[in-house]
Amino acid sequence: MAKTKVSQDTGDLVLNRISKYYGDFCAVDDLSLTIPDGSFFALLGPSGCGKTTTLRMIAGLEEPSAGTISIGDTDITTQKSYRRNVNTVFQNYALFPHLSIFENIAFGLRRRGIKDVKDEVEKALNLVELGHLSERKPAQLSGGQQQRIAVARAIVNRPEVLLLDEPLGALDLKLRRQMQIELKRIQLEVGITFIHVTHDQEEAMTMADTIAVMNQGKIEQMGSATELYEAPKTAFVANFLGQCNLIKVKVQSRSGGKVVVSAKGHTFEIPESRVSSSNDALLLGVRPEKLRLDDNGVNSIKECVVTDRSFVGTSTQYLVRTPWDLELVVFEQNDEGLHDLRVGDKVSLEWDSEHTFGLDGAQDVNAGADLDDDE
Amino acid sequence: MAFLHGATKSKSGGESALKKRSLTPYLLLAPGLIWLITFFVIPIFSLASTSTMVRPQGAQIGTYVQELRFANYVDAFLANQEQYVRSFLYAGIATILALAISYPLAYMIAFKAGKYRNILLVLVVAPFFTSFLLRTVAWSQILGDEGPVVTTLKLLPFFDDSIRLTATPFAVVSGLTYNFLPFMTLPLYASLERIDPRTLEASGDLYASGFTTFRKVTVPLSMPGVVAGTLLTFIPAAGDYVNAALLGNPSTKMIGNVIESRFFAVVDYPTAAALSFTLMATILILVTLYIRKSGTDELV
Amino acid sequence: MSTQVIPRPSFSHRSSRWFSRNLIRIYAALAFIYLFIPVAYTFAFSFNDSGKSNLVWQGFTLDNWKNPCGAPQVCKSVANSLQIGVISTVVATILGTMIAFAISRHSFRGRKTTNLLIFLPMATPEVVLGASLLAMFLNLRINPGFWTIVIAHVMFCISFVVVTVKARVASLDPRLEQAAMDLYANERDTFRYVTLPLVMPGIAGAALLAFSLSFDDFIITNFNSGIESTFPKFVYVSAARGIPAQANVIGSAMFFIALIIVIVGQVVSRQRKKS
Repeated sequence: MAKTKVSQDTGDLVLNRISKYYGDFCAVDDLSLTIPDGSFFALLGPSGCGKTTTLRMIAGLEEPSAGTISIGDTDITTQKSYRRNVNTVFQNYALFPHLSIFENIAFGLRRRGIKDVKDEVEKALNLVELGHLSERKPAQLSGGQQQRIAVARAIVNRPEVLLLDEPLGALDLKLRRQMQIELKRIQLEVGITFIHVTHDQEEAMTMADTIAVMNQGKIEQMGSATELYEAPKTAFVANFLGQCNLIKVKVQSRSGGKVVVSAKGHTFEIPESRVSSSNDALLLGVRPEKLRLDDNGVNSIKECVVTDRSFVGTSTQYLVRTPWDLELVVFEQNDEGLHDLRVGDKVSLEWDSEHTFGLDGAQDVNAGADLDDDE
Repeated sequence: MAFLHGATKSKSGGESALKKRSLTPYLLLAPGLIWLITFFVIPIFSLASTSTMVRPQGAQIGTYVQELRFANYVDAFLANQEQYVRSFLYAGIATILALAISYPLAYMIAFKAGKYRNILLVLVVAPFFTSFLLRTVAWSQILGDEGPVVTTLKLLPFFDDSIRLTATPFAVVSGLTYNFLPFMTLPLYASLERIDPRTLEASGDLYASGFTTFRKVTVPLSMPGVVAGTLLTFIPAAGDYVNAALLGNPSTKMIGNVIESRFFAVVDYPTAAALSFTLMATILILVTLYIRKSGTDELV
Repeated sequence: MSTQVIPRPSFSHRSSRWFSRNLIRIYAALAFIYLFIPVAYTFAFSFNDSGKSNLVWQGFTLDNWKNPCGAPQVCKSVANSLQIGVISTVVATILGTMIAFAISRHSFRGRKTTNLLIFLPMATPEVVLGASLLAMFLNLRINPGFWTIVIAHVMFCISFVVVTVKARVASLDPRLEQAAMDLYANERDTFRYVTLPLVMPGIAGAALLAFSLSFDDFIITNFNSGIESTFPKFVYVSAARGIPAQANVIGSAMFFIALIIVIVGQVVSRQRKKS
């Protein structure tokens, strides 16, 4: 049996200016990224944004057209995938159908020439709580069980980095939630760097310490879930993570830590620290749950009309049309303060300055909206 | 410095991987393709060369010299046009009959057989585990003058005692139909089995009657199977001579019989070669036209 | 609520569907009877106490089964066919599998020509294949015999092997091989532990197909066999005088052996899925 030598580098994973072209099509565009050792990192983006290509380059299944990839001090850019201390949990798992669960998990250990695999395999099986299934074949397992085996088959090798390619995509919603918590627990237990590729923003926010939002081969913004949600830097990020109202505004003045802006005769304030552009044309962003159907504050729009209403359990979602025919989304919690408005009712809207953010006004207002549910 | 090092390494790694990738397929292809070129392509050219040869005056039987006599083709065709036309006629009828028998059979196995599907598929192929020749001989004896069918028919009042089934076109065509039946049934089954039953339900849901659904949904979706099946039946049937030899008489001879007897009985290689070449060319032209017309290029 | 007439299957519609469903079953049953008539006939006449001519029923006997080599030349021709079948199958399966892997796993120049070269032998009538090969052998002054038969059989089996194995390789999920590479298996180990075992059923199927094509071939064999005999050739030659009942024994035995192989194969694969 051939024994494969595997590099044993540890440290941060660094992608340095990598690009990947397929003919003229640029899948990944001059991307640089440092993923700290031991972190749970998510690459989030719509299908076709280059996130899976990036992952496959880290795994060694694709070679970058330019740039380098390294772990710690070692350049692994051209290293064969079987020499890298990196393992992958494939989309749809790619379990070997002709091998038992035990042999699936032992596969990587055996290729590295390890004779006594029993203890390691059993430990991995116990970690994913499926010790009793070791003699079965993959086809006899449920989707959720196959998913866990795919994780066990990868982490039994104690890789420096574990790559997860949309690993929960094939599971139903309830099981997906359960596996998100499970994966998070496993990551804490083994302390390996996890890089999780997904198009599901909720999944990324639930699991990852750090999220990089990708769009058209580039990283739009990187940060914690809270940062990305509360202070997005681009319209794409604002729309792709949750829902967002973006209003085109003009800057009137910048002073005293405040930026005063106006739209169609209404003036609003944004804290200067929350404005990411020095342009005069801005997009004022405010999340639907931050809007109130009242009229007391500094930032308010009067004379609006309710155009749609849907009850979704924990909240009621309204579509409200401003006097200048812009439709805004409003979520209202279903508690005592409920307004219970009907379509056609007149309302006013208001919000607090510290819940708004200002983006460069030259962007497409709809960038990144309605992209997250394909594939 | 480190960057430079990385860049050169990347380049050389890429090149060696490319080189390896480009040599392996040729090594894999070589033995098989050399075999096919030596024992299929070259013989076809050798056949073409033989087809224009002439036997010199007074030379020994079986000795021929190349004179590029293309009139061999005209002579061969004119002398055997009857058998030539008959081959395509018989093969065409046998193909249509095989389609008529196989389509309902394949449809039944694909959609109505349930858990017996695999067993029925085995049963379709099973008769062909006995030798092709034995089955044809069996038919010649079943349909023969002393066989059970003719004996029974003679007892009936509508037939006179001179009735025969073997040594008739009917026997040859039924032999051809029978022998190539699985080549029709299996591709038909494969394409019918691939049809999602929900598309048939959707058609019914959209107000199509059972027959309309069959005509507008099932048949178009099974076309690849029909094309493959008819080709796999027609081509061997047109070149066959066993059925005509065992079930027919001199007036049901097909082009295969002529080629065989030119080769072995008459030792007239140029005529046999010209006939073979004409047969192959005709079939290839028909097949190409047929594939073009039915729009299923994926077969090639 | 407005009332809209939605066409529902009426009783008569349902009963006609019921009828058509049974019609197709009856039709299929008749087709199966048609398929099995000559097999049943061959089997029945293997018990005929026939002496030399096996044309008319003479009475029941087990002698033919007890002594299948009783008629001259029967067993010699079967042995020849088996040898030719095994050698041709091994060679054609190896060559064809290599081509199938090259076509489905590599990029190379001349792909279209290669595909055409694979397709043409299947689209050429056997009589042309046989005649052209014989014409070449005669031009080269090679006497046809055992090895020319093997050469011919390998030639027409390769294409069928390529098509069968290619289909299996194409249905293989490329991610399985990537997963193996990801799990420290180099190219050779990936092929040995993942690709080959997964493609094996396709290769086995191709080998069975090649063997049955070779064993049953008559036309090409007849052109390129010289004085060498095979089982189909034996049947053809003796058909004029009436074939001996021992040939029926061989044919029936082949039928049952093949049937058992197929059934066992099916049962094994089903049990593998279950357990």
